[in-house]
Amino acid sequence: MNHNYQKDIAGCGLTGLISRKRKRVSGAAISKSLTLMTDRGNGLGAGYAAYGIFPELPEHYAIHAMFDYESSRREMEESLRLRYDIEKIEEIPTTPVGSIKISPKLIRYFVKPKPERLRDANEKDYVVRTVMRVNSQIEGAYIFGSGKNMGVFKGVGNPSEIAEFYKIEEYEGYIWTGHTRFPTNTPGWWGGAHPFTLLDWSIVHNGEISSYGINKRYLEMYGYKLTLLTDTEVAAYILDLLVRKHGLDMRTACSVLAAPFWKDIDRMEEGEREAYIALRSTYGSALLNGPFSLLFGHSNGLVGINDRIKLRPLVAAEKDDMIYMASEESAIREICPTPDKVWAPRAGDPVIVELEDS
Amino acid sequence: MFKSQALPEFLATIDNDKCIRCKRCIQNCGWSVYEWSGERVLIDSSKCVKCLRCYHYCPVEAIQILDNPTKYKENSSWTFNNIKNLKRQAETGGMPLSGMGCSLPYPILFDSLLLDACQVTNPSIDPLREPMELRTYLGKKPNKVEVERGKDGKLKLKTKMPPRIELSAPFIFSPMSFGAISLNAQKVLAMAAKECGIVMNTGEGGFHEDLKPYSKSVMVQVASGRFGVNPEYLNAGVAVEIKIGQGAKPGIGGHLPGEKIPLQVAKTRMIPVGTDAISPAPQHDIYSIEDLRQLIYAIKEATGYKPVSVKIATVHNVAAIASGIVRAGADIVYLDGFRGGTGAAPSVIRDNLGIPIEHALAAVDDRLRQEGIRNEASVVAAGGIRSAADAAKAIALGADAVAIGTAALMTMGCTVCGKCYTGNCSWGITTQRPELTARLDPEVYGQRLVNLITAWKHELQEILGALGVNAVESLRGSRERLRGVGLDDNILDILGVKPAGR
Repeated sequence: MNHNYQKDIAGCGLTGLISRKRKRVSGAAISKSLTLMTDRGNGLGAGYAAYGIFPELPEHYAIHAMFDYESSRREMEESLRLRYDIEKIEEIPTTPVGSIKISPKLIRYFVKPKPERLRDANEKDYVVRTVMRVNSQIEGAYIFGSGKNMGVFKGVGNPSEIAEFYKIEEYEGYIWTGHTRFPTNTPGWWGGAHPFTLLDWSIVHNGEISSYGINKRYLEMYGYKLTLLTDTEVAAYILDLLVRKHGLDMRTACSVLAAPFWKDIDRMEEGEREAYIALRSTYGSALLNGPFSLLFGHSNGLVGINDRIKLRPLVAAEKDDMIYMASEESAIREICPTPDKVWAPRAGDPVIVELEDS
Repeated sequence: MFKSQALPEFLATIDNDKCIRCKRCIQNCGWSVYEWSGERVLIDSSKCVKCLRCYHYCPVEAIQILDNPTKYKENSSWTFNNIKNLKRQAETGGMPLSGMGCSLPYPILFDSLLLDACQVTNPSIDPLREPMELRTYLGKKPNKVEVERGKDGKLKLKTKMPPRIELSAPFIFSPMSFGAISLNAQKVLAMAAKECGIVMNTGEGGFHEDLKPYSKSVMVQVASGRFGVNPEYLNAGVAVEIKIGQGAKPGIGGHLPGEKIPLQVAKTRMIPVGTDAISPAPQHDIYSIEDLRQLIYAIKEATGYKPVSVKIATVHNVAAIASGIVRAGADIVYLDGFRGGTGAAPSVIRDNLGIPIEHALAAVDDRLRQEGIRNEASVVAAGGIRSAADAAKAIALGADAVAIGTAALMTMGCTVCGKCYTGNCSWGITTQRPELTARLDPEVYGQRLVNLITAWKHELQEILGALGVNAVESLRGSRERLRGVGLDDNILDILGVKPAGR
C-alpha cells in the first residue's frame, strides 16, 4: 500500500459566479474578483474554470493536458488515439508574461470515445479511467481538464498573471470559478494549482482536510488513484463517487461531506433520522473533517459549502440571476458593488445553485 | 516431601511494631499467605502473588510486599522465570500456567507510534467548546446508501440497512465468562456497559439471569464448549460472537476446573456441578471456512439476523483468515492480539504463539481494503489496549473499536498478578469462592469502571481535537496521522505509517 507520500498543504482564496439564465460572462470579471484577494495566495498557484466556453464543440470531452517532455506528449497522444476519435487538437492559447519564466506544454484535445472500444462501458467511467491512467502512469503528462464545454486555466503565478497568461478575458462562460493558492510545503507545480477537475466537475478549495488519510484510503478502495496528494482531489473524487456512481443528489452528498452532528440527527423525525444514521455510518470515511470552504462547479450549476463548524470563510451574494460566492465579501463587491442580498452560509449548510433550464 | 526449589517471587513482611493484630490480612488474603499463631501473624511467602489486597486493607500500613531478595544467580539468558518454571516442571511434570496477557518483553509498537496535532495550517478544535463525536456503529455497512427526497424535502431511506450495534464510543468490553470471572465481576461489566452506552460480552459461560436487565448492552458468545447455548441464549443480547480463538492461547482450548464450577456456574453453563468444563481446541463443527459460514448463518437464522462477530487470535496469516471470515458473512471481525489476557493458559503458549495486534490490525485493514470489502464488516482490535492513547492509535491503524479486558478488571482491584487460574483471586474477580466474590460490590466497582470509560472518552476527544477533527470516523484508518519512531522500514511498511520527520 502506498503510504510514503507527501501531502500538499495550502491556504487559499476562492471566488465563483454563476448566471442562472446562462448569460455568458467574460473571464475579466472573475480575474478581477480573484486579483483583489492576491494576498490570500503567495504567487505559487492560481487558476480558473469556465463553463459554456466551447459552444462550437459542446458534446466533445475537452481533454486539457500539460506535458513536461515531448516524449510524454507522444506517449499520451498515442494512447488517446487508440481509445478516442479526436476532433480537434490545439495548443491552449497563451501570451508571454514577464514573471512566468517557464511553463509546461499546454494542449487541449476535443475527443469522443471510440464506440468499438467503449462497447457497453459507461462513457464517463471510460474517460475517468483514461485520466487516472495517464496521470498515474505517463511520466511528465498530466490531464487537468476532461469535461464537456468547459475549460481549465491554471498554473504557477498570481491571479492576474495567470489570467493574462491564458488570456481568459477572451472567454465567455456562464459559470466561473477562480482560485489563488498559498502552498506551505511544496514548490509550486502547475498541475497542483486549482481548479481541480474531473469530467465536467471542477473544485476550488480553501482549507486543509484533516481527515485526508482516511478519505484517500476510502477512495482507493473504489479504484481512484490519488496522484495529486491534495485535499481538493479528495473532495472531487468523493463527490464523483457519491453523486455520479452512488446516485445521491447534491444536497445529500453535501450532507456526507459535512455531515450533521449526531445531536442534530437524534432530534430529527424517525424517517429522516434513519436516513441520516445510514448515511453517516456508511459514509463516515467520506466525511471531510477539518477546515474547508469549497466551490464545486458542474455542467448544471455551482455549489458552495463549508466544513461543519465553519473554520474557513465563505460569503455568498445574489444580484438578479447571478449568484456570487467568495472567501471575502470584498471580492464579490469588486465585481458586483450593489448585490440584492449578501449572506454568510452557515456551517455545513450548502448553497446549491442550478441553471434555470437544468 | 522435599522443599520446592522453585523460589518464591515475593517476600511478604509485617512490621510487628505497627501491627495491631486486627487479622484483616488473614481475612483478605485468598491465598492463605497469613495465619494466626495466637500472638502474631505468621507468613508463608511462597504462596504470595503480590495482588496487594492485604496491603490495601491493612489499617496501619504494617505490610510491605517486597521482591524476594533471594534470587537465582542472574544471567541474561537464564532468567528467573525460565529457571523457576524449569524447577517446577522437574518437580511436577506439568505445564506451568499463566493468567493475564504475555509478560515477556516483546516490542510494543503502540509505544513507537506518535499521533499528529494541528498547528497553523489547520486549526485544532476545542472539545470543551465544540461537539466531539465518538459514536460508533459496529457491523456490516452497505456499499452505498439509497435515499429518496420527498416533496417536503425530507430524506427517506430506501436501502435496507444491515443490523448494527450502536456504541457511544469505540470501546467494548472483552469477553470474560462467568466461571472464569465471578458473577459480580460480570455485573460490574454489564452495569458499566449500560451506563456508558457500550457492550460487554458474556464469554463462553452462558447468560446468567441476573444480567437480564442489561441485555441491550450484552453480546453473547458461542465457543467450542457450547456452554449455555440454546435459542434463548442466542437471543439474550444484541449480537452473537463465535469464538474461534483467543490471543493469549491461539490454537488451544480452555479448561475450567471443577473447583470453579459451583451451582450457579453449573446452571448457567448447563453442566453438572463440580465437573471440569472443557472447551475443545477447535470447534468440532468448524473444520474449515465453509463450516464457519454455516454456523454464522445458522446463528443469524436463529436470531432474526442479529450481527455476528467472529473472534480470532492474531496468527501469522491473519489477513487472509480475516478476509475469509468477512466473506463467510461475519458482521464483525474481532482480532485478539497475542498480548491479550486470559484466565488460564499454558505459559509456553501464552508467551510464544501469535503476533501482536498492531501488525495484525494493519495487515487485516489493508487486506480488506485491497479486496474492496472493508465495509462488509467492522474490525475490533483487542489484546493489549492499555489506555486511550493505545485505543486512538489502534483506531488510526484501522480499528472500528477496541476491546478492553485487563484494563476493565483493574478498575475492580486487579493488579495483573497473573494467577487468575488458581480461583483464589483476593479481589473477588477471578474466583467463585463466595467469601471472595462477595467483596466485589457491583455498584461500587461499576462506578469505577464507568469512571474509566468516561476518562478514556475525554482523552480520546482531546486527541481528536488536537488532530483537528470532530468525529472519530475521521481518525479511523487515517494512518497519515501516525508517525513511527525507531521502527525499521519493514515494520513501517506493514503498518502503512511514515517515520517521524517525514
